[in-house]
Amino acid sequence: MTDLLTVRGVRKAFGELQVLRDISFDVPAGTVTTVIGPSGSGKTTVLRTLNALDQADSGVIHIGDVEVDFAQPVDRSTLATFRAQSGMVFQAHNLFPHRTVLQNVIEGPVIVQKRPKAEAIADAKVLLEQVGLGEKADQYPYQLSGGQQQRVGIARALALKPKLMLFDEPTSALDPELVGDVLRVIKDLAAAGWTMVIVTHEIRFAQQVADQVLFIEGGVVLESGPPGQVLVEPTQPRTRQFLQRILDPI
Amino acid sequence: MDPSTWDLIGRNLWPMLVATVTQTIPLTAISFVLGLVIALFVALARISKVVWVSGLARAYISVIRGTPLLVQLFIVFYALPQFNIVIDPFPAAIVAFSLNVGGYAAEVIRAAILSIPKGQWEASQTIGMGYATTLQRVILPQAARTAVPPLSNTLISLVKDTSLASTILVTELLRVAQLAAAPTFDFFALYGVAAIYYWVICVILSFGQNRIEERLERYIAR
Repeated sequence: MTDLLTVRGVRKAFGELQVLRDISFDVPAGTVTTVIGPSGSGKTTVLRTLNALDQADSGVIHIGDVEVDFAQPVDRSTLATFRAQSGMVFQAHNLFPHRTVLQNVIEGPVIVQKRPKAEAIADAKVLLEQVGLGEKADQYPYQLSGGQQQRVGIARALALKPKLMLFDEPTSALDPELVGDVLRVIKDLAAAGWTMVIVTHEIRFAQQVADQVLFIEGGVVLESGPPGQVLVEPTQPRTRQFLQRILDPI
Repeated sequence: MDPSTWDLIGRNLWPMLVATVTQTIPLTAISFVLGLVIALFVALARISKVVWVSGLARAYISVIRGTPLLVQLFIVFYALPQFNIVIDPFPAAIVAFSLNVGGYAAEVIRAAILSIPKGQWEASQTIGMGYATTLQRVILPQAARTAVPPLSNTLISLVKDTSLASTILVTELLRVAQLAAAPTFDFFALYGVAAIYYWVICVILSFGQNRIEERLERYIAR
């Protein structure tokens, strides 16, 4: 299978703090990669460099048909094309509070991609149906539960038809009861063949949905492989310790 | 009161209303709109990471807020002619008031923009919006909610501050009252009417402020 995403030697520092030391991994098209690791390990930063929300200081990222070498100055239009390859779902959803659910979803297609509004609305309604929110199109974000807001966030990212979907701890800010609905939507996307990179603390979910798991610690990929290996029989003692703490916290 | 006082008031109600409608209100409206445009750019400059840009904005705000509006008016109208820049009273007043509003409102708009969470900028960026589009479609509509009450203050102050234009020969409301009162020495009556006119404008504006606030609150949970 061809790789949709390849990451080579990505480094990123915030001031004095070297958050990413040397990140490299591949994501084959149509597969799901979950990223786990302790807080402060750099896992969210990895995801953010894939969308250039944080620009890598150096390293090469290849998504779809765009390759960017971040050691060189990157011009604006390249950066825009690079960003357009992926859709991002945030931990705190970041919906636009002053727009309805439907308006949130069509904002990108209509304003950025300049697609005809009627067409964008038709597509958005299908997407909202898909994430189980067909009824909520005309509500404002504040009228929805956290899980529903997050699913609108997913629909908003999907609406731009990216090649790669990125999720930054999509369930961390949710009530435990609402987590399932969001995970189910992500699972459906996996089944539909979407290529995804998911930062998560949901180990059981990672086990079910992932084709590949990356364990990140101290700004490097400490261990990677299929979930059956990394999550069940990790080779690194640090991975084992981390999983034990998460699965059996007391 | 003396019947001649009532007569004086009666004769001047209409000319003062004309001055209000043709001078005071346009002066306020034009200066406020231009002032807001200036303020938006100054606010964005002040937020800018480019040091000289934000420094320039800071200096502008400091000068405007640190000097009396009356002095600003005098500089535009009486001092600039020394450098062969001669401006008629009404446009001179517009220039001074716009620059003044620009300085005060810049800080309001800056604070309102900064009150919008960073996640809104990031979400806009991930769906491909550039800086200008993000401002226009995401940040400013939300910042408006925070900015409307203090900007209403600025507007209401401006209505009354336009009376200072009487000192540079603009025949606005107060100037007409002054001219009418001067030969009679019946200042109380005519300045009283002027005060009531200003007050009515401000009451109407406050009402408008409430309407706008209600409109901007519609997407907020209560």
